[in-house]
Amino acid sequence: MPATKSKPEAAVKQQSGLQKFMAIPGMASVITAFAGVVILMVIFAMMNRNFMGKNNLMSLSRSIVPYLLVGIGQGIVCITGNIDLSIGSVLGMSAMISATLICNGVNPIVAVIVDLVACLAVGVVNGILVGKFKLPPFIGTLGTMTICRGLAELANGNYNTGDIGSAPLAQGLRNLFYYGRVGVVYSGVIVALIIWFVFNYIMSYTRMGRHIYAIGSNVDAARLSGVDVFKTTTAAYLISAFCSCVAGLVVMAAAGMGSMQAGMSYEMYGVAAAVIGGISTLGGSGLLVGVIAGASVWAILQNGLNMASVPVAMRNIIIGIIVVACVLLDIMRRSGIKIGGKKKA
Amino acid sequence: MSEYVVSMENISKSFPGVKALDGVQLHLRAGEVMALLGENGAGKSTLMKILSGVYTRDSGTMEIFGHNIEGDLNTKQAQELGVAIIHQELNMCQHLTVANNMFLGRELVKGGRLDNQEMNRQAVEQLSRLGITDLDPETIVGTLPVGRQQMVEIAKALLINAKVLIMDEPSSSLSNKEITAMFNIVNKLKKDGIAIVYISHRLQELHHIVDSVTIMRDGHYITEGKFTDFTMDQIIANMVGREITNQFPRDTVPRGKKILEVRNLNAGRMVRDVSFDVYEGEVLGFSGLVGAGRTETMRVLFGADPAESGEIILDGKSLVIKDPGTAIRDGIVLAPEDRKKEGLCTKLSIRDNIALPNLDLICDATGTIRKKVEDEMIERGKSSLTIKMAGPEIQAGSLSGGNQQKIVVAKWLARNSRVVIFDEPTRGIDVAAKVEIYQIINDLKKRGIGVIIVSSEMPEVMGISDRIVVMCNGKVTGEVDPRHTTEEEIMTYATQFGDNAA
Repeated sequence: MPATKSKPEAAVKQQSGLQKFMAIPGMASVITAFAGVVILMVIFAMMNRNFMGKNNLMSLSRSIVPYLLVGIGQGIVCITGNIDLSIGSVLGMSAMISATLICNGVNPIVAVIVDLVACLAVGVVNGILVGKFKLPPFIGTLGTMTICRGLAELANGNYNTGDIGSAPLAQGLRNLFYYGRVGVVYSGVIVALIIWFVFNYIMSYTRMGRHIYAIGSNVDAARLSGVDVFKTTTAAYLISAFCSCVAGLVVMAAAGMGSMQAGMSYEMYGVAAAVIGGISTLGGSGLLVGVIAGASVWAILQNGLNMASVPVAMRNIIIGIIVVACVLLDIMRRSGIKIGGKKKA
Repeated sequence: MSEYVVSMENISKSFPGVKALDGVQLHLRAGEVMALLGENGAGKSTLMKILSGVYTRDSGTMEIFGHNIEGDLNTKQAQELGVAIIHQELNMCQHLTVANNMFLGRELVKGGRLDNQEMNRQAVEQLSRLGITDLDPETIVGTLPVGRQQMVEIAKALLINAKVLIMDEPSSSLSNKEITAMFNIVNKLKKDGIAIVYISHRLQELHHIVDSVTIMRDGHYITEGKFTDFTMDQIIANMVGREITNQFPRDTVPRGKKILEVRNLNAGRMVRDVSFDVYEGEVLGFSGLVGAGRTETMRVLFGADPAESGEIILDGKSLVIKDPGTAIRDGIVLAPEDRKKEGLCTKLSIRDNIALPNLDLICDATGTIRKKVEDEMIERGKSSLTIKMAGPEIQAGSLSGGNQQKIVVAKWLARNSRVVIFDEPTRGIDVAAKVEIYQIINDLKKRGIGVIIVSSEMPEVMGISDRIVVMCNGKVTGEVDPRHTTEEEIMTYATQFGDNAA
C-alpha cells in the first residue's frame, strides 16, 4: 500500500484554533521558514551589533524586494508543477526596455506600460509552450530565457543605458520602486507587499488559485474535473512574468539605469525563496506566505554575511550549504525519511 | 520429488477489507501449459504474484521443484528457483536496446566495462532458441511492435533459466499474427520441458496450446483437470457459476424519455462505431472484459479523449464536446476508474476536491470563492454521503478507499447533471461503502438522471443495471436485459472477438 504522507484520519479530531491553523497543508513548513528567519537574525545580531540597527534593517527590507517578487512568480509556477527559467532574463529585459525608452525621451508611464506588455507576452509564450505544446517546462523556459536575455541586450544596441535622468516622472519612478519611503518603510517594500497580497488572495480565495493548486496536485484529475489546464498554466506564467517585470523595474530604479546583466540567476533565487518557504517544486502544495520568509532568509544571509565581512566566495558557499540544509530538513520532517534509508519498492 | 514442478495448497491472502484468496490450490507439471481461468477479480493475478514472490501469502504451503517454501518468498528467490512472470503490461526500458533489456540488472562486465559483444552474442543465441533469427540485439526496444517486445521479454525470462513461466494475458495487446507467433514459441518452450501458466480471457484461443486448466472464482479454487475433459460451456459455467443474491438494491422506476443518444462513436482502436441510448430513470450498465473499450468510450463521451467521428445528442441537442469542461457544463459528468490517478487531487483537502469542478457555481462574477456557498456544498456532500472525516480541510489522500470514492462521487452530486457516468465505482472498497454507492445510483435514477455504470464485476452490473450493453474489442457486441439473462450469455458476448484467434 502506498504510504500516505499526511496524518492518519483519527489523529485530527476536534481541534483548537491553533491546531486548525497548523493543520492547513503547508503551514508547518511556513512556520519552520519563519523560525529560520528569526534564528538567522539572532545569529547575525550576535555577530555584529549594527545588524539590528535601524539603518541596516531598513536597507535589508529593501533588498528583500526583488527576491520576494521573483519568489512569488516562481512559487506560483512551482505550485502548478512547472518551473520558469525565464524569470531572470525577463527581469533584465524589463530593466533594459524601460530604461532605454525613458532615456530616449518616452514618457516613463508609457515606457512602463510597453515594458509590461513585452514581459507579459513572454508569459503567454511560456504558457503556450508548456501548457499547449507540452514542452517540458525546463526546456521551454530555457528557450525563452535565452531569447529574453538576447532581447535585453538588443534593447539598447548591446550597451547598458545611461542614467534615466531626474525629470519629475523618472524621479517618481525611482521613488516609487526604490527610494521613496513612508516613515521607515521603503515604497518598494510596499509595492512588493501589495503584489504579494493580491496574489496571495488569488491563490487562496479565487477559482484561478484553486485551479493552479489542482493542476499541480494531479493534472489528470483536474482536467477530468473540467479545469482548463492550458489557461491555468498560462495564468501562472503570466503572474511570473508580471512579477519579474516589476522586479526589473525595481532593479532599474535602484541603479537609475538599465543593465544588460540585470537579473542574472534570479530564476534560481526565486526557486530558493519558494522552496525555503515550503513550496514544493513537485507542485500542488505550498503557501505564498512562505515566500516572504524564503526571500528574507536569502536577503538576510547576503546582508548578514556581508556585515560579518565574510569574503564573497565564502558567502556563496555558505549560502548554498544553508539553503540545501534548510530544504533537506524540511523534506525529512515532512516525509519522515531518514537519510540513507532505503526506499521500498 | 512429486510429479509437479509447482504445487500450491490452501493458499490464502487478504488485503485490507478483502479476502483475495481463500484456500486456493494449484498444480503444475513440467512441459505443460496450464490455463488459469476466472473472471476479473477471481484472484488469478494475486495467486501468480504469490508464486513469483511479489506478494507474500497469509497461509498455505508452496512447493517449487521439490523445495518446500517456508516463510516468505521474495522475487529474487523466486527467480533463483526458476519462476519468471511476464506481466500484462510489459516492463521494458523503451530507450534501451534488446540486449540491454535482456541483461538489465545482470550486465556482463569485462575489465570494468560492459561486455556488449558478449551480451549481444548471448541475446542472439537466446532469441534463436525461440526461433527468432531476424532480430538485431542492438535494436531499440521502443521501436519494436508490442508482439516483438513480448518475445524479448520471454527471451529475458529464459536467460535467467526460467523453468516456470507465468504469462498474464499475453495476447491481450497482440494482433492475430503476433498471437500465432507467440503460440509457436509457447509450444517450443513446452517441448523443452518448461512449465507455463497461461492467463487469458480469450477462451477460444486456448485449444491451440493448453493442456490443463485450473478455474478460480471469487478467490476460491473451483476445479482443475485436463483441458480436453471440459467443454467450453462447462468452463464458462465454472468461471461465473454463482447464484445472484439480491445484495444489489435495484429500484425500478418507470422509464422516461430519452436523455442521451450516442451514435457511431469512433476513437482509436478501442472505440469502434459505438452506439447506445440512455433514458430517464434507468441505469445503463456496461459489461465486458478488461480492455474491452468501455472506459475509453466513456472518456470520449466526457471529452477526456478526442472523438474521431460520431454524434452525441443530449436532450435532443447535438453536442460538441471538446474537453471535460464542456461536458460538465452540458451536463455529462464522469467519476473515473482510477481514484488516485484521475479522480482526486490527493494533496489537496476534501473541500478543495469537492469544490473543484463546481467553482463555476461557487464563485461570484469576479471569480472569488463565496465561502458560504462552498461550506453549504461541502456540508450537503458530507451528509448525503456519510463521509467519515475529521473535517473538510484534511488531505483527500489520507482517507480510506471507500471514503475517497465518496469524495469523487460527491464532486458530481453537487451540480444538476443530466448524465452521470460511474467507471468501476466500487473497485477496492468495502461492502458497506459499496451499498452506499448503489444507493446513490438509485437516488440519481429516481431524480430522472441518466446513469451509466461501467463495471467488471458481473453480479454488480447485473444487479444494479436496468439494461446492459456488452462490449468486446472496442465494439458493442450485445445488449441484454439483466432480469432475463445469464452471466453465460454476457460472457459469450464479452468474448466475441470476431476473429476467433486464427
